[in-house]
Amino acid sequence: MTFPESNDRRKKIGQAVMFGVSKGISYGIVALLFLILFFIIKQGIGVISWEFLTAMPTDGMTKGGIYPAIIGTLYLVGGSMLFAFPVGVMAGIYVNEYAVSGPMKRFINMMTNNLAGVPSIIFGLFGMALFVNQMGFGASILAGSLTLGLLALPIVIRTTEESLKSVDDTFRQASYALGGSKLYTIRKVVLPIALPNILTGLILAVGRVSGETAPILFTVAAYFLPRLPNSIMDQCMALPYHLYVISTSGTQIEASRPIAYGTAFVLVAIVLIVNILAALLRNYFGKKVKMN
Amino acid sequence: MSNKIETIDVNLHYGDFHALKDISLGIPENSVTALIGPSGCGKSTYLRLFNRMNDLIPETRITGKVLLDGENIYKIKATKIDALRRNVGMVFQKPNPFPKSIFENVAYGLRVNGITDKSFIEGQVEKTLHQAALWDEVKDKLKKSAFELSGGQQQRLCIARALAIEPSIILMDEPASALDPISTGKIEDLIFELKSEFTIVIVTHNMQQAGRVSDYTGFFYLGSLIEFGKTRKIFTNPSKQETENYISGRFG
Repeated sequence: MTFPESNDRRKKIGQAVMFGVSKGISYGIVALLFLILFFIIKQGIGVISWEFLTAMPTDGMTKGGIYPAIIGTLYLVGGSMLFAFPVGVMAGIYVNEYAVSGPMKRFINMMTNNLAGVPSIIFGLFGMALFVNQMGFGASILAGSLTLGLLALPIVIRTTEESLKSVDDTFRQASYALGGSKLYTIRKVVLPIALPNILTGLILAVGRVSGETAPILFTVAAYFLPRLPNSIMDQCMALPYHLYVISTSGTQIEASRPIAYGTAFVLVAIVLIVNILAALLRNYFGKKVKMN
Repeated sequence: MSNKIETIDVNLHYGDFHALKDISLGIPENSVTALIGPSGCGKSTYLRLFNRMNDLIPETRITGKVLLDGENIYKIKATKIDALRRNVGMVFQKPNPFPKSIFENVAYGLRVNGITDKSFIEGQVEKTLHQAALWDEVKDKLKKSAFELSGGQQQRLCIARALAIEPSIILMDEPASALDPISTGKIEDLIFELKSEFTIVIVTHNMQQAGRVSDYTGFFYLGSLIEFGKTRKIFTNPSKQETENYISGRFG
């Protein structure tokens, strides 16, 4: 049998075009990312100083530092994780280890996915309705943390579930075969193996939460509060919201431009550091649990 | 020699799949019994009857009797299942030590069953590692992670882990199939050593291995027990044609 040579040529050209296009697109995306980073670093780095990181904002937020916003963001991230991590991990354990396969489990999974897709402003409104008004927390770190925690919940649940799913079943069986109960097995065998991946999920959630503006808009964020919060019932400033107000509704938007870039720089730096930390932590625990 | 385990007319279904068909068989005490047969023939499923591991799989139905020391283990109370599993140790196909130190791996079965006496645990760990012929290789690194051991050492550690709670039966599900020939040899020597104290049931794909280590052999095919008897007889003069075909390598 003879095959037409033209067909071989056509295949070659088709491949070259297809790969060329997808290669160009992926390089373009990387370039775009670097462009954004470069832009923020270039505009922001000049503003960064010890004073900028540790001083209160002054002169209608055109001078001084962003210390309360940094601290506020740290409080909110910490508070939201304090809520989302235990709740999310427990939900993930239930879904993967206890829930019986069937319509109910599929429904839970579908709802978790849907929750992840809810726009963050909706979380903000919901948080205001439930935590601020209904439960009477007022605009406070508590209300803001809980709202951000809800936003982070699906991420923690899904990564926990996926991490547990990847634990080989013979580990569980080996524990049961020694007379181990399900709970003991999960605590002593399954969770330690899954931990590196669960932690990665947690830190990715931190990255997500630290940059959110909409959920804190009505629940905690203070427009201008040049002092540190006194308690979890206090309002606080936060980096993304600070950036938003001095870019859109400050008294002197032009004058506070450098501060805005500096804030953006700090925010991006925090998210970047958190992501690098995630990678390191994953490697560290991954090595500890590695199978040969 | 009396039968340690006996199954009478056992049938097992996974959903619609009839995995074990009318299996009646007695496994003698303090001996090694090999279960052989092609993949999917039911030999692993049969092995997992004895510590009720099949219970974990949804939609499993079991009929017939599984007697262990004369007691039907499918008629015991749910609270007695842990005690059953303490009495029936299990070693798996792939070495699967827990993500803990070598010491803690062996101590796991003691701790999970509520033993806290530190010196007792230490003594038991040392004794069991000796039994599993692993002590000399690990005595200086008991605190090190079990994952630092070689595959063969990990498997002997898993055997030690099973022995630590002093079962009377050990189930082995292709314990050497993931190991190199030298490690396999060590496991086989160990099986030979252990049979004076334990009743061992081993599932294996490796015909030579069954011939080397076992006293009795059962040949499974398509969920049925085709033939059971002394290993020497099964391997030299089987009474069924299917057995002879399988052992001579004509299928499977």
